[in-house]
Amino acid sequence: MLRRIVVFLMIITGYLLQSTLFSAFTIAGIVPNILMIITSAFGLMRGKREGMFVGFVAGLLVDVFFMNILGFFALVYMTIGYLNGFFRSIFYPEDIKLPMIMIGSSELLYCFICYIFLYLLRGRMHLGYYFIHIMIPDIVYTVLITFILYKGILFINERLEEYEIRRS
Amino acid sequence: MARKGYGRNKISIPSKYIFLILSILCVSMMLISFTTDFVTGPVETVAGYIIVPFQKGIATAGGWLTGRSENIRKINELNEENRKLKEKVDELTIQINDLTRDKYELAELRSLFLLDEQYTDYDKIGARVIGKDTGNWYSNFVIDKGSNDGIKTDMNVMAGTGLVGIVTRVGPNWANVRSIIDDTSNLSGMVMSTSDTLIVSGDLELMDEGYIRFSQLIDEEDKVIKGDQVVTSSISNKYLPGISVGYISEIETDANNLTKSGYITPVVDFKKLGTVLVVTELKETMD
Repeated sequence: MLRRIVVFLMIITGYLLQSTLFSAFTIAGIVPNILMIITSAFGLMRGKREGMFVGFVAGLLVDVFFMNILGFFALVYMTIGYLNGFFRSIFYPEDIKLPMIMIGSSELLYCFICYIFLYLLRGRMHLGYYFIHIMIPDIVYTVLITFILYKGILFINERLEEYEIRRS
Repeated sequence: MARKGYGRNKISIPSKYIFLILSILCVSMMLISFTTDFVTGPVETVAGYIIVPFQKGIATAGGWLTGRSENIRKINELNEENRKLKEKVDELTIQINDLTRDKYELAELRSLFLLDEQYTDYDKIGARVIGKDTGNWYSNFVIDKGSNDGIKTDMNVMAGTGLVGIVTRVGPNWANVRSIIDDTSNLSGMVMSTSDTLIVSGDLELMDEGYIRFSQLIDEEDKVIKGDQVVTSSISNKYLPGISVGYISEIETDANNLTKSGYITPVVDFKKLGTVLVVTELKETMD
């Protein structure tokens, strides 16, 4: 129960950071995707099930406030969280390379999905422009922020796991 | 039994089935929210009461912090501002001259058309921007007023004298505004000087440069020039007429030789939106 509450609070904090703080300090107009970091990290640390739930809640938050139809981002984040869960078996907490690669590729996948469904379907063909000006900075910025946030997420998760072991 | 890390052994449905169920849930939510307000209503209310207070707090704290850092940069900024204001004064002086000339013409025309001063004084309420978009693919923001304050969908949003966007979603204490620089935004505008209509559409590719695109301007006599003011037109079905959108900064003839297109520099600085005004009047349309 404690885990659910803590993880839920983390998602909300991530959303708030992303929509207020980081939107105020954008680099070249780009906002890092903190919700993706959280989703991807939980998928890696805790497996498919938790990655999926975290992604679902995170995506739903974005949907509620920024999308006209509910469920689109929930589905996207959820799928990405679920896919990250497959890599849990090769995940080691001390190794930051895997999370960075996974968060980077998750973000790339997310960008492509956004491009296809929000832009390509409306006839915006300039993939090259969007790739260079939106996707690459987005991924780089998100991976950079991962450096800072990953330790924190890992720390919270480890404390939670300790607590769970003590209780059972 | 202490299975490491797993506190809940009761649930034994394999993840892939949960994934499938949640996917179906998402898709059905999309379909339902696309057609009705059945799901969105409750979710909006709950989310509004959980998230918005925090956002308000952070926005306030953020405002305070920016205030501090602004104090430090004050001198530079003031110099800059002073220079800009001087330019503005020149610009405005020219405008005043134009306007006084126009005023007589307007008075004359109004008396001909028996029009009141309908464009200038819309009722507005102020609102604070408490959240910007979380992604780089769209350009929406959240404000701290909602249906409790009388905000409705499709209300126009302004900042200062310029058009910012339109309310697309409303919760009890928050509302989502789609700005006119968003890639999906389209509106019908009008060149102030010649009354020619054009279509103003946001474009992600131009967002960084601070432009919005316009197209389908029919201007056979080549009267429209750089610097002409563009306002919302009276034939728009959601935007109230006469709200300033921006100034034409580039114009060129299309390949078909009939229409013109180009770029508009918006009046509003979308990077520095702090407070906005929501026009509480809705455009009345036939339907």
